[in-house]
Amino acid sequence: MSTPLLEARSLVKHYGSVEALRGASFEVAAGEVVSLIGDNGAGKSTFIKCLSGAEQPDSGEILLEGKPIHLDSPTTARSLGIETVYQDLAVAPDLDPAANLYLGREIKRGGILGALGMLDKKEMRRRASEEFARLGVTLQNVDVPIGALSGGQRQSVAVARSVVWASKVVFMDEPTAALGVVQRERVLDVIRKVRDAGIGVVLISHNMPEVLSVSDRVEVLRLGKRVARFTAGDASLEDLVGAMTGALVQEDVS
Amino acid sequence: MTATTDSAPPQAEKRPLARRLAGANTLWIALVLLALIVVFAIIDPSGILNVTNLQYLLIETSVLLVLSVGMTFVIVTSGIDLSVGTVLVFSGVASALTMNALSGGDSTNAGWGVIAVGGVVAVGSGALWGVVNGLLIAKARIPALIVTLGSFGAALGAAELLTGGSDVRSVPTALGKALGSGTSFGGIPNMVLLAAVVAAIGAWLLATTRFGRYTYAIGSNEVAAQRTGVGVTRHLVLVYALSGLLSGLAGFMSLAYFTTTTLTSHSTDNLNAIAGTVLGGTSLFGGVGSVIGTVIGVFIPAVLNKGFVIIGVSPFWQPIAVAIVLVAAVWFDQARRRARNQR
Repeated sequence: MSTPLLEARSLVKHYGSVEALRGASFEVAAGEVVSLIGDNGAGKSTFIKCLSGAEQPDSGEILLEGKPIHLDSPTTARSLGIETVYQDLAVAPDLDPAANLYLGREIKRGGILGALGMLDKKEMRRRASEEFARLGVTLQNVDVPIGALSGGQRQSVAVARSVVWASKVVFMDEPTAALGVVQRERVLDVIRKVRDAGIGVVLISHNMPEVLSVSDRVEVLRLGKRVARFTAGDASLEDLVGAMTGALVQEDVS
Repeated sequence: MTATTDSAPPQAEKRPLARRLAGANTLWIALVLLALIVVFAIIDPSGILNVTNLQYLLIETSVLLVLSVGMTFVIVTSGIDLSVGTVLVFSGVASALTMNALSGGDSTNAGWGVIAVGGVVAVGSGALWGVVNGLLIAKARIPALIVTLGSFGAALGAAELLTGGSDVRSVPTALGKALGSGTSFGGIPNMVLLAAVVAAIGAWLLATTRFGRYTYAIGSNEVAAQRTGVGVTRHLVLVYALSGLLSGLAGFMSLAYFTTTTLTSHSTDNLNAIAGTVLGGTSLFGGVGSVIGTVIGVFIPAVLNKGFVIIGVSPFWQPIAVAIVLVAAVWFDQARRRARNQR
């Protein structure tokens, strides 16, 4: 593998006396899907928070395209092309899908009205429709509040919002949790499309068959450290579970 | 943004206008207002449609409307501002005292220069109260109910300290004549025109600008707004500042109309503004609402009041009738939300 797109080296994070991360490392290349798995308490959420700017590690290095970066906020991460899909669906239920897609990145009208802050809603709706079509998100209406959509559609919009703006890496924290079979497939299709566009996708999931079907590689966290790395094609369900529970250790965990 | 390949899918269309209208709370509340006017007009045709009555109805509602426009922004963020009525009083007092001081103690014959300064003082002191509210709510994270309950008391107390507890009665006659009782365009009161301009700007700001979009987003899901990079703290301070600024403007209008500071007559303005806003379809849970709805909502209590006087029903029925409509409006809002969240 050449220089990874995003790399974390020996991240350490304490919450008081609790050591959530004890020198965790990780890498993702452009155009690949890497699943990050681990049992509850392995430090997955903390790890993602550090890599998406929501938390700052106590020590360790984060490199984007080989250069060290400092992520002091999610805004900084976003400006570098790193987006996150949150588990708890961070959408505004009273706004329509287009407004959610463009939240924080609104398109203004031209001329004096735009200078006064007036939005070009038509253009945003048009482009949003295009993006949803490209990602295979089907919606009956683009002008109903997101809260009136089904859970799967809402999730699709949340996923779409992140991947549309990501130019480098997308983190997805359990994007298919609470979805039906069809909707789950649709989100996985979106993930594959994003990968094919040359973006690095990091997937957190508890669903092992899903992990094996969509990932190119799998990295396993246990007790705040990376303990194993697999190529998805070569790994079996037993390997993954073994690494998660500590029965199988590839890397130095001393 | 990545390049697009497909064209827009045909299913992602806007709904037809009629269906969007039928789904909007604003339409139903407008029909309620229309029905009220029709009923009163049938009972006494010369009463409510009489030009003088209509003028008074509009003038008396214009100050409340200005307060309610600010309240709409606040409630859409899922906040509340209980201080509007007493900030109105404080701004009126600050303005009147400034104009008096500039005219050597009695501003009755003051010119437009002094009046302009008075206007700036009214609006500025109102905005200042709003900024204080906003900072305490957004930065110190104290609940809006408590912060504005505090400034509700503090603003009135400060106004009474400044005046020694008695109303300031020297107000420029020119101001009273021009804004308070003046008319334009063949009989439209200037108070009403000013309130209409404020409502129009407020409606534009909330419905079409980024400021308005962020107001909805924060009320709908503050965490989501924060995560997408909306400056939530700054925006909330601005929203409360806007409410304070409009209270200050309302204070100046009240000063012009009554030509006195009316220290004691605004203790329920906050509740009237909240009632009008909520009647107009703005949700107390945030994220939903419109200034146009508020305009309609504010006129429902006003029309009930006038109507009861005209048809000879005791005006004491008015608050009871408003209460019923208000509770029903909130009940509908909650039922709608529950139905939506069950999906």
